[in-house]
Amino acid sequence: MSIQLDASPLDVQAIRPDFPLLARTVRDGAPLIYLDSGATSQKPEIVLDAEREFVLRSNAPVHRGAYALGEEATDAYEAARGAVAEFIGAAFSEIVFTKNATEAINLVAYAMGNAATAGVEAERFRVGPGDRIVVTEMEHHANLLPWQQLAQRTGAELVWLSLTPDGRLALDDLEQVINERTKIVAFVHQSNILGTINPVNLIAARARSVGALVLLDACQSVPHMPFSVQQLDIDFAVFSGHKMLGPSGIGVLWGRQELLEVLPPFLTGGSMIEQVFMDRSTFAPPPQRFEAGTPPISQAVGLHAAVRYLSAIGMSQVEAHETFLTEYLLGRLGEVDGVRVIGPPSVVERGGAVSFVVDGIHPHDLGQVLDDRGVAVRVGHHCAWPVCRRYGVQATTRASFYVYNDVDDLDRLVEGIGAAQRFFGVLA
Amino acid sequence: MKLEQMYQEIILDHYRSPKNKGLREPYGAEVHHVNPTCGDEITLRVRLTDDGTSVDDISYEAQGCSISQASVSVMTELLTGHSVEHDLEVATAFLAMVQSRGTVEPDEEILDDAVAFAGVARYPARVKCALLGWMAWKDALAQAGGAIDLPDAVGNQTDPTKDLASTNGAVHE
Repeated sequence: MSIQLDASPLDVQAIRPDFPLLARTVRDGAPLIYLDSGATSQKPEIVLDAEREFVLRSNAPVHRGAYALGEEATDAYEAARGAVAEFIGAAFSEIVFTKNATEAINLVAYAMGNAATAGVEAERFRVGPGDRIVVTEMEHHANLLPWQQLAQRTGAELVWLSLTPDGRLALDDLEQVINERTKIVAFVHQSNILGTINPVNLIAARARSVGALVLLDACQSVPHMPFSVQQLDIDFAVFSGHKMLGPSGIGVLWGRQELLEVLPPFLTGGSMIEQVFMDRSTFAPPPQRFEAGTPPISQAVGLHAAVRYLSAIGMSQVEAHETFLTEYLLGRLGEVDGVRVIGPPSVVERGGAVSFVVDGIHPHDLGQVLDDRGVAVRVGHHCAWPVCRRYGVQATTRASFYVYNDVDDLDRLVEGIGAAQRFFGVLA
Repeated sequence: MKLEQMYQEIILDHYRSPKNKGLREPYGAEVHHVNPTCGDEITLRVRLTDDGTSVDDISYEAQGCSISQASVSVMTELLTGHSVEHDLEVATAFLAMVQSRGTVEPDEEILDDAVAFAGVARYPARVKCALLGWMAWKDALAQAGGAIDLPDAVGNQTDPTKDLASTNGAVHE
């Protein structure tokens, strides 16, 4: 769904003071233009305040100890779980906190591997020779390598949906790729390199029809658009705190309750047990079963504050703002000779990660010129190397936005591209 | 503006018109290196003289940014036709310069045109770019048998080849 507007619904000038970092300069006094929120977002002061307040006043281990601090810390940690659950329309115990989204995907992949030696209740997670694991060609490495590895460990076959020339998934062969032997389909909601928003329920419906599980990489969607697991026919979703104004060191796995109940553990140790004997143990129910060791407590508190901040703005507003910026940038880039966008050319089913190449200028060199002017963009393969191969480019330059960016930032980017073209003498 | 400090004319010239480019035969060893952070890659061949003491030819195919492309081009000019001993000294000086964050005053006697890359040292993210070709050369040299008999080739008390190998993120495929 895309909303096209003449102006952003957000008052960016009112938002920016919440992010002290954005007021700084870089290099020789150039005002910072931060256009790399797809990699990591900047944090509003209230996120740091919440962490600081927690650490200075209530820090203690969670889920143990009978003292007041322990209760406060546990309440703060579990309140964060509740807030995240509400933010994505999930049940409280369906939220598992991990180190990051990468760990969350690995959790599912390794748990599926562990199903081979778990009880009969875990049967539906088992994969072996002849079974299929399906991904897409546009996955971030984080949603590719864990499945490559699971396939290698189990003898299953890794298959993927390929890409069309304009940056979409080729769905013509959906039924051939997701066949009767498919055990799980893992794919990205919004591509971190192309910006493409994938038709989740269309793909999930095919997965459902063959009894396959569905895992959604929501790292670029949960921070940027309204997201409800109730409207998506999926089994697992992952996202990270630091891409949604929250702290680094915390990620989220959402899983359907009935699946988490029977999913074997990945990491084992303290906090995730029911009973422990010298020769065997039983495990706690979810979500604790998947949170071995001391969890990211203060990070959860910070994430809670980030969720509150985003909710106060309103995710529909965030989405509309980014759609506006994306449309503006696609238009501006279209006016620059020698610039080619890698990804969908319009804002239809497309989010705010805009990758492009400039004829005659390597992305690293472009990034250097932009950096000299204070403009921070990502250059490289964006942890999606197969996408670069697919489109015949060594690397791309990517601009990605958030609630604190405005059209002035994008104008500075486009000016910088022109400056780089003059500097490297590639204009005709 | 600091851009000109990094993108010296020598660098831009070599980028636009790279020297010694193309893969040639015969060769003693061929390596393929990539910079995993950006995907830049190089295939590089080294041919030593029959007695194994000098570098007879360095040929390559590479894709990458101006810094990586100019760096390998300058390197082939500096290292081809010289003794392995001399070349290791140059390579070690180059490495020290670009990894110094600007603290090492480059020796133009040794580094010649390669001093143009001194500005790269101020941008840690670009050091791997400047070293891509040099790491490939060092690896190919070792495989061609060139580095093995010269443990004392450079007077830095450390094994220069080990030093070179341990400081770059480039992977050998």
